[in-house]
Amino acid sequence: MLSIKDLHVSVAGKPIVNGIDLEVKAGEVHAIMGPNGSGKSTLAHVLAGRSGYEVTRGTVTYMGKDLLALSPDERAHEGVFLAFQYPVEIPGVNNIYMLKAGLNAIRRHHGEEELDAVDFLSLVREKMKIVNMDESLMNRSVNEGFSGGEKKRNEIFQMAVLEPRLAVLDETDSGLDIDALKSVAGGVNKLRNKDRAIILVTHYQRLLDYIVPDKVHVLAHGRIQRTGDKSLALELEKHGYGWIGSKAGAA
Amino acid sequence: MASIKYDINTAVDQRYKHGFVTDIEADSIEPGLNEDIVRLISRKKNEPPFMLEWRLKAFRHWKTMQDPAWAHVRVEPINYQDIIYYSAPKSRDNGPKSLDEVDPKLLETYEKLGIPLHERAALAGVAVDAVFDSVSVATTFKDKLAEAGVIFCPFSDAVRDHPELIQQYLGSVVPYTDNFYAALNSAVFSDGSFVFIPKGVRCPMELSTYFRINARNTGQFERTLIIAEDNSHVSYLEGCTAPMRDENQLHAAVVELVALDNAKIKYSTVQNWYPGDENGRGGIYNFVTKRGDCRGVNSKISWTQVETGSAITWKYPSCVLRGDNSVGEFYSVALTNNYQQADTGTKMIHIGKNTRSTIISKGISAGHGQNSYRGLVKVLKGADGARNYTQCDSLLIGDKCGAHTFPYMEVTNPTAIVEHEASTSKISEDQLFYCLQRGISREDAVSLIVNGFCKAVFKELPMEFAVEAGRLMSVSLEGAVG
Ligand SMILES: Nc1ncnc2c1ncn2[C@@H]1O[C@H](COP(=O)(O)OP(=O)(O)O)[C@@H](O)[C@H]1O
Ligand SMILES: [Mg+2]
Repeated sequence: MLSIKDLHVSVAGKPIVNGIDLEVKAGEVHAIMGPNGSGKSTLAHVLAGRSGYEVTRGTVTYMGKDLLALSPDERAHEGVFLAFQYPVEIPGVNNIYMLKAGLNAIRRHHGEEELDAVDFLSLVREKMKIVNMDESLMNRSVNEGFSGGEKKRNEIFQMAVLEPRLAVLDETDSGLDIDALKSVAGGVNKLRNKDRAIILVTHYQRLLDYIVPDKVHVLAHGRIQRTGDKSLALELEKHGYGWIGSKAGAA
Repeated sequence: MASIKYDINTAVDQRYKHGFVTDIEADSIEPGLNEDIVRLISRKKNEPPFMLEWRLKAFRHWKTMQDPAWAHVRVEPINYQDIIYYSAPKSRDNGPKSLDEVDPKLLETYEKLGIPLHERAALAGVAVDAVFDSVSVATTFKDKLAEAGVIFCPFSDAVRDHPELIQQYLGSVVPYTDNFYAALNSAVFSDGSFVFIPKGVRCPMELSTYFRINARNTGQFERTLIIAEDNSHVSYLEGCTAPMRDENQLHAAVVELVALDNAKIKYSTVQNWYPGDENGRGGIYNFVTKRGDCRGVNSKISWTQVETGSAITWKYPSCVLRGDNSVGEFYSVALTNNYQQADTGTKMIHIGKNTRSTIISKGISAGHGQNSYRGLVKVLKGADGARNYTQCDSLLIGDKCGAHTFPYMEVTNPTAIVEHEASTSKISEDQLFYCLQRGISREDAVSLIVNGFCKAVFKELPMEFAVEAGRLMSVSLEGAVG
């Protein structure tokens, strides 16, 4: 589904990602772990098409298409979803009104009929249950005054409504207490299926106790230093990121 | 080739969909302004002598005045002798008619504008006075309103049918000496709406006036007067559109509101005059004086305006808070795109004790638009316990536009509390990207965010018009983001 080859990315002229190769198949869950500043969010943003990131080398192929040639909204239409590490507040814009605009834009793109208010509302009610989201958040402005946990729940709720093919979850676990973590992870697990790929970006092993990945990649200095299965994450927790850094240095 | 033409047409159409011209035979007088013209207008309207006298006094005063130059706008000099001061569809010549007798072309025009005048098709609960160039062509639900004791009629009719009310109230809030455009309007005003809500009556319907400029080289000078007697209540809305033309056209209206004891007047405007093209050619000069007098105790006047049209807007709907405990409100959204200019705001004059005022202003500038908020909060000596809260937010889209704030405060009572908050922001790239990532196009994202920015004002509008206002914002912002 997703094929990243020799990806190099600079931000403000500074190289951040220095040659990433990654293959993700439909139905797989990949975890990308790495210390702060290793380029995880940069990778996530590049996949979603955020401006300000310059791809200096390499290719990204998604569903047989050149992903980098698509605008961010086109990528969303094609099923790319990013759960943001820091979801932004949009004052005065109703949370589910925005979501409805997004969903209907995606539906239009696929030649499907737009959902009317009634159908959309019942869809929303059903999907909110997936992440145990409080119904009151429906009528608030986008992320405005949401707690850290509520923001993260809202991201996964949006994912549930938009039903992407490729979801990149950027530190969806950070800032969650253990109960919230369990319920958000439970939501993500319910959204796993054979047609959907998920890339979990995380700093901590903890999340992977609840969402068990097929593959784990360790990112440092803008490159994938090691790839393994879940046990790699456990090893990493035992030794810390310094262990990878020194190994990489030695290699 | 044909398909390209079609696309351009629909694009232009979308940008300003009210820009068509109604082909109708008009009775227009010669351009120019002098005492004879003033007399002619008065004669065409069969006015009683007191009205002509007043017009002439206003005209003589106007001749001593100069165009105001203090607003933050660039205006091409206006030659007042080039303007036609009266133009009316011929079919309306012989006085008011019932709806069935209104020229079908006019009915069709309003239909096209989304204002069906036939009562069975009309928006439920909204009575409409339709003003076309210099005259009112139809007023709906007159009978139903009369049952409740409410008078809602063309201003010209009121001059003939209710001269005592006109003599008592006309110019009592905005005297003809008030300013240059108010004086001009007082001399040559053509039509507008008159509303009278008697004691204790809650007006059973929304009242609205729809102003349409159609004729070329014609100025529109309407006059609206709303009187709410003790313990009465009314909500009134005005809408405005005009054809797309390369020349500028002048619209100089005067609106006076009078609220007596415990009366409440809510006045909403959705102003969508033709704004000119993307190079700043053409468009309406909207130079308007609007003022409400909270004459009675516990009275309340609330202005809500959504200003998206006009090449230049110069307008300061104000409240004179004379009655003790009276309340004034001003909620405003002003949007300037392309080369539009707006200098708008309000004046809150606190005279009575415990008077309160709220000002919420949202200015949006895009393209080369220039948007100024100008507001005065004045608290007089006797206004013990007066309170004002002002919030003034500006949103910039792009880097060629401008936002300016000119708040003035004159407080002479030590017990008064006056608060002012202001902010200027740009649409953030983070907000845009968030919307894009959810599949929303850039243009829709901008209009979503702008509508969110305006929410505190839109929620003051009657429901149907809040939806219309939101839609209007999206249309007005087209082309604002590359
Ligand atoms: N907009 C930016 N401007 C300059 N530097 C940036 C910007 N965004 C990220 N960086 C830098 O890129 C590096 C990687 O950041 P990021 O991708 O956010 O890391 P992670 O998500 O792994 O913590 C950091 O050194 C960070 O400071
Ligand atoms: Mg990050």
